[in-house]
Amino acid sequence: MALFQYIVGRFVSYFVVLFIGLTITFFLPRLMPSDPIEQYIFELQSQAGQTMSPDEMANLRETLSQIYGLDGSLVSQYLGYLERVILHFDFGPSFASFPAPVIGFIVRALPWTLGLLATTTLIAWTIGNLIGLRAGYHHNSRAATVMEVVGVALYPIPYYIVALVLIMVFGYLLSIFPLTTTIRPGPLTFAKMRVILYNSVLPALSIIVVGLGWNILSMKALSFAHKEEGYVTFARLKGTPSRTIMNSYVGRNSLLPQITGLTLSLGAIFSGALLIEILFSYPGMGLLMRTAASSGDYNMLYGTILVTIFAVATATLVLDLIYPVFDPRIRYR
Amino acid sequence: MKMNNRLKIGIVILTIMVLGSFLLPLFHNADPTKQGTFPKNLPPSLAHVLGTNSLGQDLFWWLVYAVRNSLILGVSVSIFTTLIAGTVGLTAGYIGGGSDRVIMTLTDVIIAIPVFPILIVLATLVRGQTSFLIVSVILIFFGWAWGARRVRSMALSLREREFINVAKFSGSTTLKIVFREVFPYVFAFMVVDFINAILWVINTEAALAVIGLSNVEIPTLGSIVFWALNYNALFIGQYMWIVAPVVATVVLFLGLFLTSTGYNQMYATRRGHS
Repeated sequence: MALFQYIVGRFVSYFVVLFIGLTITFFLPRLMPSDPIEQYIFELQSQAGQTMSPDEMANLRETLSQIYGLDGSLVSQYLGYLERVILHFDFGPSFASFPAPVIGFIVRALPWTLGLLATTTLIAWTIGNLIGLRAGYHHNSRAATVMEVVGVALYPIPYYIVALVLIMVFGYLLSIFPLTTTIRPGPLTFAKMRVILYNSVLPALSIIVVGLGWNILSMKALSFAHKEEGYVTFARLKGTPSRTIMNSYVGRNSLLPQITGLTLSLGAIFSGALLIEILFSYPGMGLLMRTAASSGDYNMLYGTILVTIFAVATATLVLDLIYPVFDPRIRYR
Repeated sequence: MKMNNRLKIGIVILTIMVLGSFLLPLFHNADPTKQGTFPKNLPPSLAHVLGTNSLGQDLFWWLVYAVRNSLILGVSVSIFTTLIAGTVGLTAGYIGGGSDRVIMTLTDVIIAIPVFPILIVLATLVRGQTSFLIVSVILIFFGWAWGARRVRSMALSLREREFINVAKFSGSTTLKIVFREVFPYVFAFMVVDFINAILWVINTEAALAVIGLSNVEIPTLGSIVFWALNYNALFIGQYMWIVAPVVATVVLFLGLFLTSTGYNQMYATRRGHS
């Protein structure tokens, strides 16, 4: 029964997140003083270098408000928006490359972001926890102190700084890795996979380096605290090998808050990955957002931000649903 | 109360950064962003400690103003987020019940929404006129949730403690208990969260500025990097233009982080946990 309640609770908060995300992206642009349609018309005119007759202008305005879903009352706009987005994943056409639908661009970009994020987060989390557990368990050794210093030095450094330093060292000074991503479209062959890997090393490394700091520090603190608990002393007294105590007693119990921590920081990690993509011109959601922002492609912007919120919420839900597998207290409450 | 090494190093770094960035501009009243004030691409010298960039701006002075502005933004936003976090966290944790459930759902939702894309959309909507006010409002809106979560769990565990019962039975009102008995314990956590919030605010604004979506006319730790990237500082061999802000950012962030963890450690020791 407890497990059932837990799962229902997770699903409820999942849908609340999605609903609030949808609502924010609907109302945010409408609260702003600037009108995207006027801006778009202004841009068209300045690009064409001539003005339109009032009739043509009125026609254009009407067509644009239909495409943007800006006709009718606020309530009907909102309902229409919810229907299109939830039922058909329809974010409208892109304006920078009219009339290609936004969703096509997102479908092409999303695998890059998810692939980069899933790999790097998994690597940073696993390595960070392995190091943190050892540093916390053998907290008096010199290696533990070194690892803690590494963690403290890495943790507060922002993503873009790590990216800049990696670009400077490996791109300019050593010229081992490319400065920006260049991956030609085409079928996925073995040679292309090598190109992709080669181009992904620096962006991936940036995300891993930042993630490592947090994981090491927090796992070290947790395993150090667990090591002092009575059940560990008891295990030691009854002769359990030190390795077993570290992995199955201290490690197992410290892992649970680390999973929760990962779940809660997914949003922040995603934000960081978007920035990294922009800095390395990596063809994912972040770059899509940046190009949409500079070309004033509003449909594309709202589409990408919604899919981002959806992706983070879904990843959080999946982690939440796996959690009871690791924590029996939720299964048998 | 004995200060640990982390706290000492952190406070020394912060003192130098704060005093330097707030006092030095008093002896220098030129606008660091004005182009062509000095000859271009000068190497570091006594007159220009970090040299000048290819826009003829003195890098050292630009950096001083950048640190100051980033700190002002960070501290002023964090004051609001910490106050909201404290109020909300204490309400949810100590008073509990229905308000707790609603508030916890709300914080979970806010934590789950990535802030950066929302800031990108906003910056696009206001097109080149991104004011610090708009950025601050969004950062306050999304920034309080983490702190509130921590204050709430702290208050929740305090509620069951003996001295709270003593206060309750001797006739204290709920408000009095929250302020006199619970707050002093939560206060140390709020200081730590305050410093962490400063880190987060400076970082987020800088990230937005680096890709040119914040107000890049005002010197901050992000906008200096934006201009350097924009003028291909690395290609033209202007390493100082990138290295200087990177070093300044790392040092400032280390100072903030060491202060927050050092303070946390000191309070943990005083409370009797090591």
